[in-house]
Amino acid sequence: MKARYKRFIWVAIGLSVVALAVTLVLRTFNSNIVLYINPTEVAQKKMPKDRNFRIGGMVTAGSLKRQPDGLTVKFSVTDMVETVPVSYTGILPDLFKEGKGVVAEGKLDADGVFRATEVLAKHDENYMPPAAADALKKAGRNMDGTPIKSIEAPAQSPTPAKP
Amino acid sequence: MNLYKYASPATFYPLAGKLIPWFAALAVVFGLIGLYLGLIVAPEDAQQGQVYRIIFIHVPTAWVGMVVYLVMAAYGVAALTLKTRLSSMMMEALAPTGALFTALALLTGALWGKPTWGTYWIWDARMTSTLILLFLYVGYIALIHAIEDKKRADKAGALLVIVGSVNVPIIYFSVRWWNTLHQGASVSVTGSKMAAVMAQGMLVMALACWMYAIAVVLVRVRAIILERQYKGANDMVGLSMGARGMAGTEMTGTEMMGTK
Repeated sequence: MKARYKRFIWVAIGLSVVALAVTLVLRTFNSNIVLYINPTEVAQKKMPKDRNFRIGGMVTAGSLKRQPDGLTVKFSVTDMVETVPVSYTGILPDLFKEGKGVVAEGKLDADGVFRATEVLAKHDENYMPPAAADALKKAGRNMDGTPIKSIEAPAQSPTPAKP
Repeated sequence: MNLYKYASPATFYPLAGKLIPWFAALAVVFGLIGLYLGLIVAPEDAQQGQVYRIIFIHVPTAWVGMVVYLVMAAYGVAALTLKTRLSSMMMEALAPTGALFTALALLTGALWGKPTWGTYWIWDARMTSTLILLFLYVGYIALIHAIEDKKRADKAGALLVIVGSVNVPIIYFSVRWWNTLHQGASVSVTGSKMAAVMAQGMLVMALACWMYAIAVVLVRVRAIILERQYKGANDMVGLSMGARGMAGTEMTGTEMMGTK
């Protein structure tokens, strides 16, 4: 065998070993890489205890209620299976809307309300002019073209890792 | 053996010189068309309004940042296995451009993140792995300059880049594998989730970035070829670094810049 091929095989072996090692490490730390958990996982008590965590999902349509103090808002986050009520005092990002994705950081109270200290809007990958969005809305479709009723929650955590 | 002809610095040097003006001109043309499409023709976005226009620079720079690294890794494999001299020089020439584009992608992403998400930065998988890409570029540049012996420096650099290439698929698939704040891909091989004119503007801007990157890398690799040949000739003949005129006999008219 030519020395050139031998060296190539060594590089290939080295790279596969590194790739394998990285895959194993990432799988092990899966729960730490995930930025947020979804309401179903909250219902299953898969969140870290006594420490802030993030929940992600969709703002339930019609759930946004501004409180009399003008700064506090209450809404609920859903993944179409479970729903978590959220309370937040502060300024919401511009893209925060009912029916859109959201990521909130905070703690779960004893009464089951998530007290958020930070609320971020999770944007989707659809880009279109306003006229096209209106046309889709009239046709009863989402921005990705699916009928509005079969909407999927944006949270798509593949497998929640063990707590 | 014909393929190896252009792997030789001596034949590649004049070829690169001929190609540079073409790539530079294409970069300007694509850049003007892309900016026209992106800033004037494309309508505002239904959700984000005008803010979304940062994608016309953010997405192309992120693409270039990732692909340049893969190209460097391919040259790294060639440098270690085929031992072609040009490979290491190309790696050295590619690194600053890759680092620049990755930094631009991070910067434009932060500027866009504040008005849309509500934060400049969050440690989600997409952003963290892109930051690691920037560190890999900087690490490579630091490593090859830290080792005195050029051959050993090239070898160490090639190894680092090959090992680091594992990070690129992680960046790309991070938005699918994990929950991230960063949204999924708008444009992929399976199709586009953007209005056609927006996607076109983005693709033309990506072409502009590519043409610019290629032109700049070719300019830089020519400088590196001259620099190394000059140093090599001096080392062989045992002349002091101050001696002139040994290396560039085939390349008359080119300035011997870059050596102390």
